[in-house]
Amino acid sequence: MIPIEHILLLSALLFIIGVLGVMLRRNVIVIFMSIELMLNAVNLSFVTFARSLDSMTGVVFIFFIIVVAAAEAVVGLSIILSIFRTRKTLNIDEFNLLKW
Amino acid sequence: MLTIFYIFAVLSVLGALGVLFLRNPIHCALSLVGTFFCLGAIYVMLNAEFVAVIQVLVYAGAIMVLFLFVLMLLSSKDSEQYVNKWSVGKILAGLLSLGIFIQIAGLFTANELQLGSKGEYPLEVVEEVGSITLIGRLLFTDYILSFEIIAILLLVAVIGAVVIAKRRFQ
Amino acid sequence: MSQIWLVPAFPLLGFILNGFLGKRFGTRFVTFVGPLAVGMAFAQSLVLFFQMLEAEGNVLNEHLYTWIASGNFEAGINFTVDQLSGLYLLIITGVGFLIHVYSVGYMKGESGYYRFFAYLNLFVFFMLLLVLGDNFLLMFVGWEGVGLCSYLLIGYYFEKDSAAEAAKKAFLFNRVGDFGVLSAVMLIFLSFGSIEFATVNAEASTRLTEGGTLVTAITLLLFLGATGKSAQIPLFVWLPDAMEGPTPVSALIHAATMVTAGLYMVARLSHLFVLAPFTMNVIAVVGATTAILAATIAITQTDIKRVLAYSTVSQLGYMFLAMGVGAFGAGVFHVMTHAFFKALLFLGSGSVILAIHHEQDMRKMGALKNKLPITYVTMLLGTLAISGIPFFSGFFSKDEILWKAFSSPFGSPWLWGIGFLTAGMTAFYMFRMIYLTFHGDSRVDSHVTEHVRESPLSMTLPLMILAALAVIGGFFGVPHVFHVIPNGIEVYFHDFFAEIPAGHGNVSTEWTLMILSVVFALFAWFMASRLYHSGFEIASGLRSKWEWAYQLSLNKWYVDELYNSLIIQPGRLLSTHLLWGLFDQNVIDRAVNTTGAVARSVGNTIRPLQNGLIQNYALIFTLGTFLILWYMT
Repeated sequence: MIPIEHILLLSALLFIIGVLGVMLRRNVIVIFMSIELMLNAVNLSFVTFARSLDSMTGVVFIFFIIVVAAAEAVVGLSIILSIFRTRKTLNIDEFNLLKW
Repeated sequence: MLTIFYIFAVLSVLGALGVLFLRNPIHCALSLVGTFFCLGAIYVMLNAEFVAVIQVLVYAGAIMVLFLFVLMLLSSKDSEQYVNKWSVGKILAGLLSLGIFIQIAGLFTANELQLGSKGEYPLEVVEEVGSITLIGRLLFTDYILSFEIIAILLLVAVIGAVVIAKRRFQ
Repeated sequence: MSQIWLVPAFPLLGFILNGFLGKRFGTRFVTFVGPLAVGMAFAQSLVLFFQMLEAEGNVLNEHLYTWIASGNFEAGINFTVDQLSGLYLLIITGVGFLIHVYSVGYMKGESGYYRFFAYLNLFVFFMLLLVLGDNFLLMFVGWEGVGLCSYLLIGYYFEKDSAAEAAKKAFLFNRVGDFGVLSAVMLIFLSFGSIEFATVNAEASTRLTEGGTLVTAITLLLFLGATGKSAQIPLFVWLPDAMEGPTPVSALIHAATMVTAGLYMVARLSHLFVLAPFTMNVIAVVGATTAILAATIAITQTDIKRVLAYSTVSQLGYMFLAMGVGAFGAGVFHVMTHAFFKALLFLGSGSVILAIHHEQDMRKMGALKNKLPITYVTMLLGTLAISGIPFFSGFFSKDEILWKAFSSPFGSPWLWGIGFLTAGMTAFYMFRMIYLTFHGDSRVDSHVTEHVRESPLSMTLPLMILAALAVIGGFFGVPHVFHVIPNGIEVYFHDFFAEIPAGHGNVSTEWTLMILSVVFALFAWFMASRLYHSGFEIASGLRSKWEWAYQLSLNKWYVDELYNSLIIQPGRLLSTHLLWGLFDQNVIDRAVNTTGAVARSVGNTIRPLQNGLIQNYALIFTLGTFLILWYMT
């Protein structure tokens, strides 16, 4: 058996890399990918806990998470598309109109 | 078994780091696909075959393809500025992330990690009935309401995406 | 089951139908629903009345549901029909029904016809609530409700400035009185632990000491409310202005029913009021003073409705005089007879006003008796009744009051004297009105003259019925001295009102006083006919001789001006200079502005934080997560 601490550590590591990606990268799409990465890290811990607790709930949750992620990706990418049409850039620092 | 896990673990971390450090967004996306495959393999090791399959099909197959499509569609010429200059914010971001990781890792590796009571699907049951059967049963009994709602969510997302992304003709 | 709730339910239903559907369904629908609702209520009231007479203790009770229950405070929607509310029921629904029928003719073709009937139905509903409620709170709901309807109906022609002003005036003056009622109710709850009339009346003598400060305060406050609603000094000035409303409204609300609500309250709480002799004296004196003051004003008014309005104030003063000397039965009796003849007179004046194309000035009337025969005869009967000519209804009730004012232990010859004078003046100004309106030479505009027609049957029929009631209504309470039939009113009200000690005086005194007042009334009639029948030389001669008195009376004793300079102007000065100029501007406005300025400067300071850079937000978000995790581990 794989020790669950190790899988959880892996999930934490992936999550933190995702967080860093969101905070450090400039390209909107890459930021989006980092978010997907964070979601996957969480999925991993869900599966781990489900297995170690002999429960199926965590797995069912993943099903929902993946669906939500898909929906989010579709809507998010279409927003990015329409922003790109007006601003001609993917640099997130340019998307700063929504303030004050 | 353990060795295979470590290999996949290292590979997935490498893929994630690729997302973080590669310049070209398309490379980032491909590296992310690699991570997803590795995670799928780990799911298999955890007896969650169904999750592994949809991980590969939906994530690696559908969502990432969508990302790549969009990337190629936009083909932004402005070079992705990676962190060349070390600003205070970026150092702070690194330090904070490190702090959070240490805290989470401390939580996970603590000796008194509380896991609660055992559920009703031990490994033998899962292997005997099959995880897909079990998930299906749960989805259509206990979680039927959530299941229907998520279906509507998908529908709304599709319509929303079309409405947002379509060109507006003046 | 007695089904008391049906009585107010019918007018309420009428209000809902008329108010919400009347505009869509049109005039015929409203004409059908409005009077029918009140007619049904009248039918049910009759049933209830006779049930009540046969019931044990002459009381019917009905508990609908508990409205408020909080601690030891309880108020229910409970209806009671007893001798007092039974009589009031009949007056309200009966006279109300006649006036509804009359309004069909009077308001014909007015815009907002449905609105008028909706308000009128609503008024009847609230008035019924007022008299049926068995506790103060329910009565107060009705009390406020009728005030609201009065406001709405006075301001019926709201596009007219004077009507809107009059409505506001009525509303504000009533508020002053309501303050009194509310305070009194709170005091009553404090001292009785209950706000039910039955409890208060039954326990008044055990819980409160006779003549004590508390009972005096309570009753004085209640009386303050009564002066507001029933137009007594000092709050009477709104009633004459209320004549801006359509004439049926004046007849129903400002003569027959609503203004007697104050009297109803005093009569309802007779057991409480007799415990406060001081208040009783105040009531008697205020009533008598109001009676004579209003009578002196009525003498010189030229607007036909104003004459009647001041006459109403004066007659209400009479009723309070009766209450004040402990003659509750006589007071309520006068409420009844007054409802008949005053409604009749108002409706008659409405008929005249309509006939000569909305002219209310008596100087532009005259010689209408042949053109408006039914109106003339019925109004003459009403005038005979109000003037106290023997064997008409007003004679019996007024005489009973005068006798009690003289003989009761609370009374005095002075009070009788004032009442006596008022009675004579009443006869004088009422016949003055009759002569100016119907006799003499025509002063009607020539182009109007040929259009003058008697009113339609829907208006004259109520007039005739009311005239019949005004003539015979008095035989309900024939005084003892006649020895013909027993005094119905005393039999009816046996044991209902508080006992007061027997009065002094004997039969021969009563006869003397009665004959005196009759002679005085006849003399006043004679004087009025001399002065106003034809040619006004004597009248104008008198006028120039007593110019100052004439001016005083014509200008209503300058009460409005007095209130204006004593209360309104100082209030305005206080508001402009102190409250607005000093407090409002320097304290409140400054506080408000400072709040805004603080918020703005704080916003300016921290606004750069919201710089639109999503990654900055993410950084702060992460910081928050870090801190929370740190705190939790």
